[in-house]
Amino acid sequence: MTAEPAVVAPVLPAALRERIVAEFPKYPEKRAVLLSALHFVQDTFEGWIPQAVVPEVAALLGLKPIDVWEVIHFYAMFNSEPVGRCHLRVCTNLSCCLRGARGIMRRLEETLAVRPGEVTPDGNFSVGEVECLGSCGTAPVIQVNNERYREGLSEDDLPGLLDELRTRLAEQDAAKDEE
Amino acid sequence: MTEQLRLLLPPEGDDWSPIENYKQNQGYEAAAKALQSMKPEDIVEEVKASGLRGRGGAGFSTGMKWSFLPKDGRRPRYIACNADESEPGTFKDRQILERNPHKLIEGLLIAAWANTIDAAYVYMRGEYRGAFENLVAAVDEARAAGYLGKNVLGSGLDFDVYVHRGAGAYICGEETGLMESLEGRKGQPRKRPPFPAISGLWKQPTVINNVESMSHVPHIVLKGSEWFKTIGKEKSTGTTIFGVSGQVMNPGAFELPLGLPLREIIFEHAGGLLPGRSLKAVIPGGVSMPVLTAEMAMEVDMDHDTLQKAGTLLGTGAIIVMDDSACLVRAATVIARFFRHESCGQCTQCREGTGWLHKLMKSVEAGTATMQDLDTIDEVTSFMEGHTICALSDAAAWGTGWFLRRFRSEFEAHIEHGGCPLEGASFEI
Ligand SMILES: Cc1cc2nc3c(=O)[nH]c(=O)nc-3n(C[C@H](O)[C@H](O)[C@H](O)COP(=O)(O)O)c2cc1C
Ligand code: SF4
Ligand code: FES
Repeated sequence: MTAEPAVVAPVLPAALRERIVAEFPKYPEKRAVLLSALHFVQDTFEGWIPQAVVPEVAALLGLKPIDVWEVIHFYAMFNSEPVGRCHLRVCTNLSCCLRGARGIMRRLEETLAVRPGEVTPDGNFSVGEVECLGSCGTAPVIQVNNERYREGLSEDDLPGLLDELRTRLAEQDAAKDEE
Repeated sequence: MTEQLRLLLPPEGDDWSPIENYKQNQGYEAAAKALQSMKPEDIVEEVKASGLRGRGGAGFSTGMKWSFLPKDGRRPRYIACNADESEPGTFKDRQILERNPHKLIEGLLIAAWANTIDAAYVYMRGEYRGAFENLVAAVDEARAAGYLGKNVLGSGLDFDVYVHRGAGAYICGEETGLMESLEGRKGQPRKRPPFPAISGLWKQPTVINNVESMSHVPHIVLKGSEWFKTIGKEKSTGTTIFGVSGQVMNPGAFELPLGLPLREIIFEHAGGLLPGRSLKAVIPGGVSMPVLTAEMAMEVDMDHDTLQKAGTLLGTGAIIVMDDSACLVRAATVIARFFRHESCGQCTQCREGTGWLHKLMKSVEAGTATMQDLDTIDEVTSFMEGHTICALSDAAAWGTGWFLRRFRSEFEAHIEHGGCPLEGASFEI
């Protein structure tokens, strides 16, 4: 009896595959595209890398799934668990702590009622601590998802920031409903 | 007050990322001069003669590094440009990338001509969104204007620049960790030899330089090494972008000649301390470099030789200021945590040492350590120095160990008091 080859439904949307493949000509080896590919996956899947895409990313780059896994786990920016639609990362390295980063982190945790590693029940927010973001002269700093930094913050700026993000999420939801 | 000398950065508030703005300010004139009228080997000599030293932390002669490339005609050859900028306290390359990205592209182009390079990969830390977008846009502009691509400026050189995003790992700033990462693997440093000049990216000859180092090349070529040497000090030539952070009135990035008194940078350019405070400690070159006491800091100049004699190093020129309200045990604990988090784990000494150090530091901070633990910290840091694949282990030992050696009484006070004895300590970790 010959085994039927397993038919795996593709989970990478076509546009994402194309975006990854478009990177190939820049390098002598496909493997060099791995970090970019994983960034693109996170852009597509609300900030994290679902396990189901790993074999396909690996196949696309001529790698084994384990090659992809170990890279995902090595780099701090790659999330192998879901994060909030707005993932707020606070630098708690020295220059930021000297300017009040711990207070910012605490206020965020209290206001959103989440701890690092958790997501708010509505799926909208998560928080995390990160090492120096290269914004030490404009500390403290928060990075929302992979956007430009929010710099020179104080605890008083947090309600305004969260309002802005909530408004944006509501607009995204409204746009989705219309579709 | 010494005026800011703008070789790398546009005037305050200006943005030279659009190519027109850059070209209005002598942009790409050095590239034209180099590619149309200079022999590659003469450029290498000029850069060597300028005394330019790497701005990524180690301070190695840039021209010398270029001369290590093999002369056997083996191709392709690559530039790996280090834009990982992850040393805590450091935010200087970002200033160039965001506000003057063509300066870097022009530097890469001249380096490519000088060293017969086929392509440059700029490895940029993944978190830098603004810098990434500005540099990518600038690369596209440069390509459209004929500064990148086939037969650049009629010189016969085919050369292109690619911007590559990292994903959050300090160790990818280490030059061989960077290469592993760029090739699509974990950023674990390689054993040397072979050195990157012989076997770097994809085992091909590779030049690795920091963003700021490369960005100095255009003005050296345009105005000459003699002119460059008039700025700074004998063995620390040119300007650098000092980043001042921590407890000062006016933190920020200041482009100034090397060799300026640290006192002037803190008290004049960065506006001095917060009201009513006095200076306690300064890290002069990012958290990997030994901390200075206030007395030492008031006496040193910011150049390689003076700092080395004073018992520290210039590193990335990232100046972190702590005043009398700062608990230095906390500062050292943050640094120990950072290195434990960032050790790539290949070398036992570094993996175990950074873990142990952080654990010991936490217990000192909490006030549960014993006096003997302080001696253990001293021993652990000594045993972490040297003999590892890369210098992260040394950095962890220096960054933490010198706080203990230079401020031991604060550590002892924590133990005697069972916690931080400082009333109204200004910061939490
Ligand atoms: C742990 C570690 C981290 C480093 N991080 C950086 C970095 O973020 N940026 C950088 O330019 N150099 C960094 N370096 C230094 C590089 O290894 C290398 O010396 C430098 O990129 C060479 O360029 P330069 O000669 O132009 O300075 C780091 C070194 C070590 C040991
Ligand atoms: S010294 Fe540390 S960071 Fe460097 S290679 Fe060894 S384990 Fe990795
Ligand atoms: S210490 Fe927070 S950005 Fe550098």
